Amino acid sequence: MSTATTTAPQKRSFTSAAAVYVNERTSVAGFLKELGRKAFPDHWSFLLGEVALFSFVVVLISGTFLTFFFQASMAEVHYDGSYVPLKGVEMSVAMASTLDISFDIRGGLFVRQMHHWAALLFVAAIGLHMLRIYFTGAFRKPREFNWVIGFLLFVLAMAEGFTGYSLPDDLLSGNGLRIIDGMIKGIPLVGSWLSFLIFGGEFPGTAIVGRLYTMHILLLPAMVVALVALHLVFVVVHKHTQYAGPGKTPGNAVGPPIMPHYAAKAGGFFFIVFGVIALIASLFTINPIWNYGPYDPSPVSAGTQPDWYIGFADGALRLIPPGWEFELWGFTWSFNILVPLIGLLVFLGAVAAYPFLEAWVTGDKREHHIADRPRNAPTRTAIGAAGVTFYAGLWAAASSDILATHFKLTMEGVIHALQAVVILGPFVAYYITKRVCLALQRKDREIVLHGYESGRVVSLPGGEFIEVHQPVDEYERWRLVSFEQYEPLVIRPDARGKITSGQRFRAALSRWFFEDRIAPVTKSELEASHHSGHH
Amino acid sequence: MKRQMRRTGRRHPLATVALLALGLTFTGGAYAAFSASTAQANVDLTSAATVEEGKKLFQANCATCHGLSAEGTAAGPSLIGVGAASVDFQVGTGRMPLQMSGPQAEVKPPQFTDEQTKALAAYVASLAPGPAIPAADLVEGGGDAANGAELFRINCAMCHNVAGAGGALTEGKFAPELTSVTGTHIYEAMVTGPQNMPVFNDLNITPEDKRDIITYLKYVQDTPSPGGYELGALGPVAEGLFIWIFGLGLIVGITVWITAKSN
Amino acid sequence: MATDEHSGIMPAGASSHAAHEAGDPGTAVVIDRGFENPGFPPHRPRVTDEDPTRDRRAQRTVYTLFYLSILGSVWAIAAYILFPMESGDPGEIRLNNLFIGLGSALALFGIGFGAVHWAKALMQDIEIADERHPVGGSDETKAVAAKVFADADRESGFSRRSVIRNSLIGALVAFPLPAIVLFRDLAPQDVVPEELLSHTLWKKGTRLALDPSGAPIKASDVTLGSAFHVIPEGLQDLEHGKLEEKAKAAVLLMRLNPDELHEAEDRKNWSYNGIVAYSKICTHVGCPVALYEQHTHHLLCPCHQSQFDVTKHCEVIFGPAKRPLPQLPIAVDSEGYLIAQSDFHEPVGPSFWERS
Repeated sequence: MSTATTTAPQKRSFTSAAAVYVNERTSVAGFLKELGRKAFPDHWSFLLGEVALFSFVVVLISGTFLTFFFQASMAEVHYDGSYVPLKGVEMSVAMASTLDISFDIRGGLFVRQMHHWAALLFVAAIGLHMLRIYFTGAFRKPREFNWVIGFLLFVLAMAEGFTGYSLPDDLLSGNGLRIIDGMIKGIPLVGSWLSFLIFGGEFPGTAIVGRLYTMHILLLPAMVVALVALHLVFVVVHKHTQYAGPGKTPGNAVGPPIMPHYAAKAGGFFFIVFGVIALIASLFTINPIWNYGPYDPSPVSAGTQPDWYIGFADGALRLIPPGWEFELWGFTWSFNILVPLIGLLVFLGAVAAYPFLEAWVTGDKREHHIADRPRNAPTRTAIGAAGVTFYAGLWAAASSDILATHFKLTMEGVIHALQAVVILGPFVAYYITKRVCLALQRKDREIVLHGYESGRVVSLPGGEFIEVHQPVDEYERWRLVSFEQYEPLVIRPDARGKITSGQRFRAALSRWFFEDRIAPVTKSELEASHHSGHH
Repeated sequence: MKRQMRRTGRRHPLATVALLALGLTFTGGAYAAFSASTAQANVDLTSAATVEEGKKLFQANCATCHGLSAEGTAAGPSLIGVGAASVDFQVGTGRMPLQMSGPQAEVKPPQFTDEQTKALAAYVASLAPGPAIPAADLVEGGGDAANGAELFRINCAMCHNVAGAGGALTEGKFAPELTSVTGTHIYEAMVTGPQNMPVFNDLNITPEDKRDIITYLKYVQDTPSPGGYELGALGPVAEGLFIWIFGLGLIVGITVWITAKSN
Repeated sequence: MATDEHSGIMPAGASSHAAHEAGDPGTAVVIDRGFENPGFPPHRPRVTDEDPTRDRRAQRTVYTLFYLSILGSVWAIAAYILFPMESGDPGEIRLNNLFIGLGSALALFGIGFGAVHWAKALMQDIEIADERHPVGGSDETKAVAAKVFADADRESGFSRRSVIRNSLIGALVAFPLPAIVLFRDLAPQDVVPEELLSHTLWKKGTRLALDPSGAPIKASDVTLGSAFHVIPEGLQDLEHGKLEEKAKAAVLLMRLNPDELHEAEDRKNWSYNGIVAYSKICTHVGCPVALYEQHTHHLLCPCHQSQFDVTKHCEVIFGPAKRPLPQLPIAVDSEGYLIAQSDFHEPVGPSFWERS
């Protein structure tokens, strides 16, 4: 740019002139120099976070449109819009304006459906992105904070989703709020006061939609935007992780440059995600509030469920056996609400704290920029599978009635089975996953040492039949052997010659974390195997 | 449908008609077939001949469980006083005769012709007074859909779902979906309370109110969802599964394409 | 190198290797397996790099996609006009939704797939390798930062003038408190939740009325096997708080064969000829419990599957609820209408701390 201005000012095109003009007022050149030719490692799983980001942008765009038509008021009106089966029915202004968006504003239903589908996709993409980060160990130093930020975004996304779900004030969302109210009332000491604080008096009151609206379009999006920005800043600071491969080291980041290759792909991908959401919204109904009708505390619909991301909480409520509520010292202790509430908080807390826990157990203080293959961290992968099983059990429980009707089961049987899944399933999943990982690691060792089975059988002069093995090339071999090997920590007395129980515990955890580990092949092993007569 | 729209470039009125026709074919087909057959079966339920024919049919097909004169046995309840409506519902929807025991009688293809069903109904109605088969003007819609929808939400939706998609009950029982049930059968179910469904007598929900409820259900049956395909009208569970499997699945497929090296 | 001073823990096999390039390994073991990184595999050219026809074809695909996108946008606008939703007929709305949506999707896909295809097939296929640096920065940077911090501390006296510092911290802690207090009036000032939650619109002599019409119900209307959805008479005429009252007062009225009811001695006169009235609001978290099975006499909550046995005063037989549904004592007035004998004898709906 600057060379163009000094050496050949007469040949300046409009673009370069504009670039100079802008740069001299913004210093954008430094920014481009810094970021423009950064390498961005290329792998499909690295795009999952972008799916979340892009669907959030779609949520913002479609949501902004909706704010021009939605009225967050619980004042009662008689509906007189186009939808015949609700004509003359008393409902809140919020519900009536949502119906107007759906039936009387051209394209309104399309945008509304896009908003809702994009929201579902947003949370789903965050979930999948978190699973990718977890199972590849991409949360390790130096990315622990970014894991926590991502976790907070997940929680905020759920809050955004729930507040949005509640805004139309229809029968489904009203019963959802009713459940929230019931849960809040079950909190010891402050429950009923908290409920009155949130609803502005008795449930349902006339305040809640307006309050949720402020949260939904102001407070929560501001927090999400701020954290997304921070999240991305950290991605730039850390540079992206990459999978092990030839030429890739912990000290480099390999991939196409951001300008232009990656920018074109990511930019194009934004439009594709947007397009997928638009396609779904034009073809598939979501949240048909006209079926549900306005909120009324007396009716309820069969199949009353929250949107998918709140399902695990709803499922946790459903799985509690009868009788977990006690009267003690003149007060009511609702353990049927407290146990799911505390259980889920502990689960979420464990998710948030996992990077710090693993770092403490392994004692590893290095920076990690090479993403693990899940099999090469068997215990972590197994813990993850256990967590996924636990979550999935709770999630499935939220649809226990639909499972019962669609698979011709009894609802009681479904609940009992899912209680077992939630309690025993994680242990089973842990065990199976760990064994599978170890088996896969052994297979990798075999491949490095003896090559792939070619399927070609030859007979030796002595009459012996052997299968010819195809040795791996050095690039593939590098991919298979380049992972880290750990040893468990052992206890040593501290400066005062003491061994504390904390150290014992940590060492025991470390032994458990690294038990049954399989070491990658070393060069001497490979040479030994080649000399031992194999081909 | 879509392609046709583009090719001819037709404006909305005809498109709507086409869409309605499509909706009728898919969801209302069964209904159309049913209403046609009811129109044909002009059976006089009070004539002695019909009652006699019904009695024969009853003794041949139903008496094993319900007793020779419908007094009931250990295997089946007494039918004295259940009325013609109950027989028309149970036999007309194929629930009776029962094929195998289970949590509840299931809908099957009807085992009797419409005349035979009516004859059975006439016989059972002759034993003691009970709810009659509703008049045609009460079951063909034409009422106030908004009133019907409100009554449906209050009295029916908790079991049958607001869109009539059905729902689970205890111990393997379920409330059936209402999206392909005829007006007559809906009316009869309300007045007789089949299986575990409570009775909604005419003092609880008046005949006009029942007509309104049927009007609403017919509206839901005949009207395509404005938002597109409904995913079974099952609510957030279906939506969540859809976005995970098809939405995210499609997008993950695209990410694989995006990051695959070009040939 | 490999000791962790604070915990006193050392690795089992002390590694002899120098610090890894990614920093101090802490107590982790780093083993050199002897393999050399083979470096980047040879570059494989794409067909578009080698075959000019393919290159031209890819170029054609890309601009065709972009033109298609324009077409999609135009179509979406055209659909907005062509499918105007004048009659309010849902079929028309469906078409409006469908065609605006398909047009927009085409517009978006055209740009998206075009750009990605451009990048994949036509943009120069190069990979670059960025060098990573420790996230903590170079020693020099760290030293400068530490000095800035120390200078600031010295110049301000933040560590030294501890009274100033601590009083500032105190002030910073205290100043947001009024803002929190201001939110107290999210809840009305003069109410005690426990009192409101313990009373409903039902009182002695209130007639049971049909939901939603408000028509009073005669005992003779309630035939065997019936379920009536009930509100207190007069609820529909309330000026304010209709939904709040309904959320507490909604009742399900059922008639069973009196022989099937197992009634407690002190509640024998709460029913009338087998007609019983129970609160419809679940004692778990408050969903309406109204799925009544007339032969098993089970009541089911569709939200969390709590089940109540109507023959045994609605005690819980399955699911997460604990308390039976509260029973509304009923009687019949001189005109034969069902009336309440009193309010519920306990708070209805979800449990709360102060209720017992």
